[in-house]
Amino acid sequence: MKAAVIVFPGSNCDRDLAVALERAGAQVEMVWHKESDLPSDIDMIAIPGGFSFGDYLRCGAIAANSPITRAVVAHAGRGGYVLGICNGFQVLTETGLLPGALMRNAGLKFTCHTQELLVETEASDFTSGYSKGQTLRIPVAHHDGNYNADEALLARLKGEDRIAFTYGNNPNGSVADIAGVLSENRRVLGMMPHPERVVDTAHGSTDGAPLFDALVNAVVSA
Amino acid sequence: MSTEPKITEELIASHGLSPDEYQRILEIIGREPSYTELGIFSAMWNEHCSYKSSKKWLRTLPVDGPQVICGPGENAGVIDIGDGQALVFKMESHNHPSYIEPYQGAATGMGGILRDVFTMGARPVAAMNSLSFGDPSHHKTRQLVNGVVEGVGGYGNCFGVPTVGGEVRFHPAYNGNCLVNAFAAGLADADKIFYSAASGIGMPVVYLGAKTGRDGVGGATMASAEFDDTIEEKRPTVQVGDPFTEKRLMEACQELMRTGAVISIQDMGAAGLTCSAIEMGDKGGLGVKLNLESVPQREENMTAYEMMLSESQERMLMVLNPELEAEARAVFVKWDLDFAIVGETIAEDRFLVLHNGEVKADLPLATLSGSAPEYDRPWVETPPAEPLEDVPGIDAIDGLRALISAPNYAGKQWVYEQYDSQVMADTVRVPGLGAGVIRVHGTDKLLAFTSDVTPRYVKANPQEGGKQAVAEAYRNLNSVGALALATTDNLNFGNPEKPEIMGQFVGAIKGIGEAVAALDMPIVSGNVSLYNETDGQGILPTPTIGAVGIIDHIDNLIGGEVRDGHVALVIGATEGHLGQSALLAEVFNREDGDAPHVDLALEKLNGEFIRNNRDLIKACSDLSDGGLALAAFEMAEIAGVGVSLDMDDTPTLFGEDQARYLVACNFDQAEALFVAAGQAGVAIFSVGRFGGDQVSFGAASAPLSELAATFRSAFADAVA
Repeated sequence: MKAAVIVFPGSNCDRDLAVALERAGAQVEMVWHKESDLPSDIDMIAIPGGFSFGDYLRCGAIAANSPITRAVVAHAGRGGYVLGICNGFQVLTETGLLPGALMRNAGLKFTCHTQELLVETEASDFTSGYSKGQTLRIPVAHHDGNYNADEALLARLKGEDRIAFTYGNNPNGSVADIAGVLSENRRVLGMMPHPERVVDTAHGSTDGAPLFDALVNAVVSA
Repeated sequence: MSTEPKITEELIASHGLSPDEYQRILEIIGREPSYTELGIFSAMWNEHCSYKSSKKWLRTLPVDGPQVICGPGENAGVIDIGDGQALVFKMESHNHPSYIEPYQGAATGMGGILRDVFTMGARPVAAMNSLSFGDPSHHKTRQLVNGVVEGVGGYGNCFGVPTVGGEVRFHPAYNGNCLVNAFAAGLADADKIFYSAASGIGMPVVYLGAKTGRDGVGGATMASAEFDDTIEEKRPTVQVGDPFTEKRLMEACQELMRTGAVISIQDMGAAGLTCSAIEMGDKGGLGVKLNLESVPQREENMTAYEMMLSESQERMLMVLNPELEAEARAVFVKWDLDFAIVGETIAEDRFLVLHNGEVKADLPLATLSGSAPEYDRPWVETPPAEPLEDVPGIDAIDGLRALISAPNYAGKQWVYEQYDSQVMADTVRVPGLGAGVIRVHGTDKLLAFTSDVTPRYVKANPQEGGKQAVAEAYRNLNSVGALALATTDNLNFGNPEKPEIMGQFVGAIKGIGEAVAALDMPIVSGNVSLYNETDGQGILPTPTIGAVGIIDHIDNLIGGEVRDGHVALVIGATEGHLGQSALLAEVFNREDGDAPHVDLALEKLNGEFIRNNRDLIKACSDLSDGGLALAAFEMAEIAGVGVSLDMDDTPTLFGEDQARYLVACNFDQAEALFVAAGQAGVAIFSVGRFGGDQVSFGAASAPLSELAATFRSAFADAVA
């Protein structure tokens, strides 16, 4: 399994994500945002957390127009896997690979804490390592994680079983407590919580590890 | 040709230079200085940059040890953490700017300390901050707390460094001067540390990072004066931070340093281009020539004076190996940052500043740097504290409730949850109780960080208070199983021209020096902030101690949580010292009596006992202000388990005797600890047990859930 981690100048969870993917058995290449092509034979692209271009305007808006992002969109169009975490999720909504938008937290403050998370579907290669209804404890750290979708989109996401995770005790005002959503083909996942921060015992929890393990296994066994 | 203002008495005074200091300038250069030169002298000789009132005393601090790679004098201290790795760290204040403009003041405080660390070649891996504010009910406090916390978070979160610890306190003495002390630590290979001393003649001097604007002109001079009612006019002296640029500058510097192109490097902090250029030249015994028209500028028509004194952020100055210019430039092009050759090193002892071919300053460099005034300020010893008057007994639960509903002792979640504490994915122990702990990336080694001081103690008894700040830091490190390695100090005081304030400073330094020597945690870096006064009212003397420790393997971390059924033991003797205690201050509104005495030999004995017996300890907390009652509650609260202590008397529960720890362990471990304590000559007492859903002190009790709700909401209720 070959994974590319995209690096924007303000990415700051790029190494963390690479470590988590490598731990699960992936071979990882870091790809600079000014590149316009991905390395060959990439199975999966990960877009890390951080502040891609400072995010002084709308989070992820400038990153969505970076040269490499066109290659990411093309990869997704071919049915490739894309995982966006935190700022990566914001970038994915800005590119249109995932629907909805992420707004300023309802409390208006940045919040970093360990969050109770519910697994809403196991029907994806990202979530098949969990069981539906399982409760996870995964950290969040964001200022703009308030997921917004109109009634029609919300009904569609629910109807198509595309809500991957919801929050217990909603920390940011997200509609329907949504913490992560899947694309129509279930190959693109965006989520605000940071599974890469809970993958080994030193972190005090390993609740994030099954996500990376399941994804690597899905590619390897495909 | 631009004309510069005439040198008048008013102009000299407005640069913070005394008539005597101006005379000295005339003697050094043998003529009247130009306007730009006056600005340069003012920048180099202000208290903030020259340490002119404090130097004499700072020299007395212990700074050596086998673990020390680089002590005070560089951008940050460097210590050896084994395996060829080094930790680079420092704490620095940004008090004056944060009071004037809390968000940007605090943000650029973070920016400055992070640059100090990565200038030396280290990647920042942990941050802390120690914040002091006025009375929660004072009309400015709420705005300051909100602005400062958002500023610290806004900068650190975007930069991508985990904030793993810190302190927040309130006291009316900070009504007119808040304190923002920021700590950062970074990791580097021990043989790849970068220093500031220039070498080689005719080497290019290169400007790196963000462009220069007019922000922060005169900032260091502003930070060296008291406040009065003209404070609003000082807003333009506060810089504006851009963490995204800082993050790129850090990454670019890391790549640049790998190219081998860096001969020496220095960040542009206080007094910007002036201080950094002079420092690099002086340390290398060289002169420096600058051509200001080459400086990347953000604004039009900037004068030499403005460029030399600007404190625009996210900038560096380096001396470049000219053979590698292309490689170095390519790194900065990649990160979209400025890279401009703005001058060169010269053989003569000369600081020559040209702007469009015109000489704006021509000064003897070594003299300029080395001849800053140094004062032996008169000081008087702080008189012994009046004896403590009678303290009425109080229902123990009422006492605890009063403490945890006060913002000083309430939970600080509202603060630390605004900081990313886990980015870099190596955080092992998040903020909340005691020291923060991170893993050295790719290893099983851990580093622990703590920041401590109890200003009430320092005011009552500067020497014991200074000792206590170090001792508490030492205990916080031991409580997680870490061996204390070294210390950084951030000394915040009032006006040093007042003998009683200078006396506080001298006393605190003596105490700190004694303690770091006894506990083997030398001072490797630090910062002094004086003139924290408004309209003649000084702050509490606040010598913040930032300390780091090491745990050789993650298995040796004392990181567990209290469980139902654990025994509660106190290590160290309790006599019930209530002078200057939290209980007195918060419940009785009194600040009388002496600070607790610190027995450094006992601190060492008990601290080593904790570390040597870590296998027998499930969880541990040091006992500090708030005493046994507060520590027991905090350990119970974080684990969500009740606690029941056998005693209910006020001195035992709320006394603040030093050299004590509260330990939780199972019954068999407790027996073994008693045996070990007997052998080591350490005092140990069984004081109760953890379990159930109540907090009970003797017969008094209350539900944990009710107290926890108070503890978790009181801070935000008071100041959010």
